[in-house]
Amino acid sequence: MNSPNLEDMGCGTSSATKDKKSEKALKAALVIQNWYRGYRARLKTRQRYALTIFQSIEYADEQGQLQLSNFFSFMLENYTHVQEKEPGLVTRLFGSSIQDKDRQDYLELIEIPDSYCGPRLQFPLTFTDIDLLIEAFKQQQILHAYYVLEVLFETKKVLQQMPNFTHTNTSPSKEITICGDLHGKLDDLFLIFYKNGLPSVTNPYVFNGDFVDRGKNSMEILMILFVSFLVYPNDLHLNRGNHEDFMMNMRYGFTKEILHKYKLHGKKILQILEEVYTWLPIGTIIDNEVLVIHGGISESTDLNLLHRIERNKMRSVLMPPIPMDGDRAEKKNKLGTTTVAQGIRTSGSFSEQLTKQEWEQVIDILWSDPRGKRGCYPNTNRGGGCYFGPDITSKILNKYQLKILVRSHECKPEGYEICHDGKVITVFSASNYYEEGSNRGAYIRMSSGTTPRFFQYQITKATCLRPLYQRVNAIESSAIRMLKERMISRKTDLIRAFQLQDRNKSGKLSMGQWAFSMENVLGLNLPWRSLSSHLVTTDKDGNIDYMSGFQDVHIQKPVKEVQSTLIETVYRYRSDLQIIFNIIDSDHSGLISMEEFRSMWKLFKSHYSVHIDDSQFDELAERMDLNKDGSIDFNEFLKAFYVVHKFDQLTKSDTKLA
Amino acid sequence: MADDRDRDEIAVAEFHKKIKEAFEVFDHESNNTVDVREVGTIIRSLGCCPSEGELHDLIAEVEEEEPTGYIRFEKFLPVMTEVLLERRYRPIPEDILLRAFEVLDPAKRGFLSKDELIKYMTEEGEPFSQEEMEEMLSAAIDPESNSVLYKDYITMMVIDEN
Repeated sequence: MNSPNLEDMGCGTSSATKDKKSEKALKAALVIQNWYRGYRARLKTRQRYALTIFQSIEYADEQGQLQLSNFFSFMLENYTHVQEKEPGLVTRLFGSSIQDKDRQDYLELIEIPDSYCGPRLQFPLTFTDIDLLIEAFKQQQILHAYYVLEVLFETKKVLQQMPNFTHTNTSPSKEITICGDLHGKLDDLFLIFYKNGLPSVTNPYVFNGDFVDRGKNSMEILMILFVSFLVYPNDLHLNRGNHEDFMMNMRYGFTKEILHKYKLHGKKILQILEEVYTWLPIGTIIDNEVLVIHGGISESTDLNLLHRIERNKMRSVLMPPIPMDGDRAEKKNKLGTTTVAQGIRTSGSFSEQLTKQEWEQVIDILWSDPRGKRGCYPNTNRGGGCYFGPDITSKILNKYQLKILVRSHECKPEGYEICHDGKVITVFSASNYYEEGSNRGAYIRMSSGTTPRFFQYQITKATCLRPLYQRVNAIESSAIRMLKERMISRKTDLIRAFQLQDRNKSGKLSMGQWAFSMENVLGLNLPWRSLSSHLVTTDKDGNIDYMSGFQDVHIQKPVKEVQSTLIETVYRYRSDLQIIFNIIDSDHSGLISMEEFRSMWKLFKSHYSVHIDDSQFDELAERMDLNKDGSIDFNEFLKAFYVVHKFDQLTKSDTKLA
Repeated sequence: MADDRDRDEIAVAEFHKKIKEAFEVFDHESNNTVDVREVGTIIRSLGCCPSEGELHDLIAEVEEEEPTGYIRFEKFLPVMTEVLLERRYRPIPEDILLRAFEVLDPAKRGFLSKDELIKYMTEEGEPFSQEEMEEMLSAAIDPESNSVLYKDYITMMVIDEN
């Protein structure tokens, strides 16, 4: 300490050495920081790209709904014509075999066995039942069908008393919490309740639709929400989302979940649920200032009209009202109203449907998305509702003296997003919606006169979060997989488009040409240039070997001799076929008769302009040996069409590819 | 000569499309603007590695006269095209990166302790934010030794990028 130190004596050499050392260290630190920031930015970008892929495909799928909807309209409009050719089919499709949905009948038939150790609810419900359910579901118990049905009946009864829009007020001491899409993700609901408290008179909530589909606990979420609603009907507000729709459930998983968890009573549950959905309010208005609805608005949104309509007539987005012009009405009458009205559960008579205008108003509320561009345009991505710009928002909010629009419907990386100059807030509450690590969830707390506060979260399975690069790798490979499956399902069309541009038949295209065809055929607006390295091989001149995109994926051929185009078509439309089959199979047995299978295919084929030989299709069905007493197990049929990823196979076994 | 010009034109056209794609992914409202806080990510995703200081200058070039918090595509495109054409802000080669770590490890142990890494990254150069530091640590720390085995780390990151 006291003895002179060589290093300390004389400033020249020692501090210069020190300076030089620290300068080197500084430079080294800079290098590492620079490299790391670049790497991190590229990771974030890959994450964003993966999300863009998920989202584009999701919306493109929803657009497929429009085609299916047209198909159903086509069938309804041509009902009698079709009836002559394929008697029984359309009745099966749209007829309702069970008329009597009386509660007593149902509940009396159900016995709860003594062995049942799941939660037992006590009517009239109290907050202890909410706790009971939450504890039981945390232990993965299943609520008995008897209680499910009781809850559904009660919920319907109470909802019927409620107007189309719930009006509620807040105060500085009573904030309200708004949650967005949950989509069957029970862990997210648990987390919200853990962070924000259970619903109560002093802790009101609005749940803004899409409680179900996609996640695997839609039923549990619904039960918790409905029971909470029954206990606190004035403080727990539910808005209908586009997934509170029995036809959407057929495609996006809730129907499957119900039939799986409730093998005996699932069908009954589905029938009552269909009705309960139609009684859900369209929206909530807070303090006469904040409009909370699931999707959005359009330039023609008329809140007064929406307050008046009979909302329970809105059964499904796939069942638009049939045009009732003079001619048509007469035609139907000529053929005998009895034939038409009997058994059709949708629109046998005019009084059972909304007018076209009313129906479109509701669709706009449930399906629209805000965008930066001014004006109002049809929402081509989704096939329903519209894109509305900031000018539309201002116009509609001003018209009804509202200040803010809170909506959900779109997944946002941070769980929420503000746009249109702060007038539109999107809140989305299902974290990791597409994949583990894809996005955060969020909820809003607000009261009149204060700025809304946002709370974010992200569920993670592991006790500690995986490093960013692992999470990004996971969602990236998942997204690319989905994209490849998309490509393979349009293989024929893609190759045709490529070959049209490939004049020299070289097998190669420029990046621009390849990107152009991909975007056109697949109808997905994606950053193709950036994604190309994952999808195809490029030579040293930057040209793309377009066939390389199909190399490591193929659709498993259930039967070798059948044409690839047939396989591809069935694979491509498998979701639509799933819905149609489910409707035909009105007793939910999983089986339909061979004739129904054939006639449905013929109708489908003509409407979708699919050019496949009937004989090919027959051969396929026969060869798959699915006939069980003249019935086809359509789930097995559809499951047999799946995409094989070459590299999955190689790691699994040594089996040769077909 | 004509060929060179054609090739340049094609190169510029392809750059434009690449830049547009990268920009669009962050253009959440589809109105040809991005949040200024995401511009750094976009530039880096195009393969460039500006330092924070260089990034700051670039942003100043593309910002509006009166900064709005948003960057418009019309201003971003020409600036970014120049950057790509001039091949500015080239990424750090692997061996330079390795040498940087070795400088911070003069005793040649082959690793840096967690505390040492934190100290250098948050106190020297252009310091990391807490989020950046945590993220780097989550991938870089070898759980057994609680240190950064930098050679392995670099190899792993390089493989991941390719």
